[in-house]
Amino acid sequence: MNLEVVQSYLPLFGKALWLTFRIGWLGILLSFGIGFVTAIVRHYKVPVLRQLAGIYIELFRNTPLLVQLFFLYFGLPKLGLKLNAELCGILGLALLGGAYMAETFRSGLTTVEKTQIESAYSLGMSRWQVLRLVVLPEAVSVSIPGFTANVIFLLKETSVFSAISLMDLMFTAKDLIGLYYKTTECLTLLVIFYLIMLLPVSFLGSYLERRVRHAGFGD
Amino acid sequence: MQDLGIDVLFKGTNGQRLLEGLWVSLRISLIAVAISLVLGTLVGILMTKKQPVIRILTRGYLEIVRFMPQMVLLFIVFFGSTRVFGWDLDAELAAVIVFSFWGVAEMADLTRGALISIPKHQYESAAALGLTGRQTYFLIVIPQTLRRLIPLSINLITRMIKTTSLVMMIGVVEVLKVGQQIIEANRTSSPNAAFGVYAAVFLLYFLACWPISLIAKHLEKRWAVA
Repeated sequence: MNLEVVQSYLPLFGKALWLTFRIGWLGILLSFGIGFVTAIVRHYKVPVLRQLAGIYIELFRNTPLLVQLFFLYFGLPKLGLKLNAELCGILGLALLGGAYMAETFRSGLTTVEKTQIESAYSLGMSRWQVLRLVVLPEAVSVSIPGFTANVIFLLKETSVFSAISLMDLMFTAKDLIGLYYKTTECLTLLVIFYLIMLLPVSFLGSYLERRVRHAGFGD
Repeated sequence: MQDLGIDVLFKGTNGQRLLEGLWVSLRISLIAVAISLVLGTLVGILMTKKQPVIRILTRGYLEIVRFMPQMVLLFIVFFGSTRVFGWDLDAELAAVIVFSFWGVAEMADLTRGALISIPKHQYESAAALGLTGRQTYFLIVIPQTLRRLIPLSINLITRMIKTTSLVMMIGVVEVLKVGQQIIEANRTSSPNAAFGVYAAVFLLYFLACWPISLIAKHLEKRWAVA
């Protein structure tokens, strides 16, 4: 272990962390959006859209992100649809994540008690109000542990971005190992930087879980 | 209509080569799954013990696996360990080691979760009925635990199959790598092969994992605990 080497690599890893972070979070934000819409479509059994959502979820839950990225990055340009690597990364992560978020959120929606919804209607709330003020808050709070697990999973999955030549943490480590053969230093830095990215998420997740989880709604 | 490069799949032995590539990744994941199911169950049982040393060790192990991407683990074992210890490690063996290391932790966590989800009154009722410790375990605890555990561990299998696609990054020639080779070899005769081949790989993975997920979903529904 050579500390000077470690120090000289720091800026490169810092840059890579920023890229991973940026792409990762954009993808995750989008995946929340896709997940919410898909889950609601499935939960409220919207015709046609519901079947499409089902196909989408099964397709993306049962294939690896690496294969999805290869298809987006190398396959689609042959149809004339050229996306740059960064956009592919964000899109791939969003589509994969959306399928996982949808399943998590849907199981949250099914835990909302019928009595809660009926009580809301009997108070004179409209459909939209029931959804916005009763169903969504309860479902979200139940789904928080699942969401945290998904976010950590997705941030870990960003490590395959290096395969479509995005200069993320993995790519930087691999590149530096190939150039200077300082394997130990690079791998140590790699581990530390992934911890920097993931530990706060884990803490935030357990904080949120404690904060929004109430004893159970309508028990 | 543009040529989609699907014809490449039927040229020569290309299709067969892709399937052989898929088998390479399936073989790695199946070996890792077998190791994980057995060792993971044992570690999971250990984790329910209240012994502090065991608790700290298993907890630490679980956190490492939880936070490190499998790709990082692969690199540490394949590039790091060979450098530090100076041994020679086959890429496939490295993959089996890493996926087992990861799978054991996941399986252990699932087992622990299933074991502690058995309510205390089940143990107490068994004791009240005069069952011995072993009888309680075999007649009451294990059957109930298995019902919760089996769907979850089947899901773990699909996750392991999907994750083995990463072995391409340490140089194992599996389905994605074979796909790349086919595309390169047919660059001039069918320049659009990338679309057809990667779509085929996508579909192959889907066909490998989907039936397994369906079984898991079905069992989960059937064995749902009220």
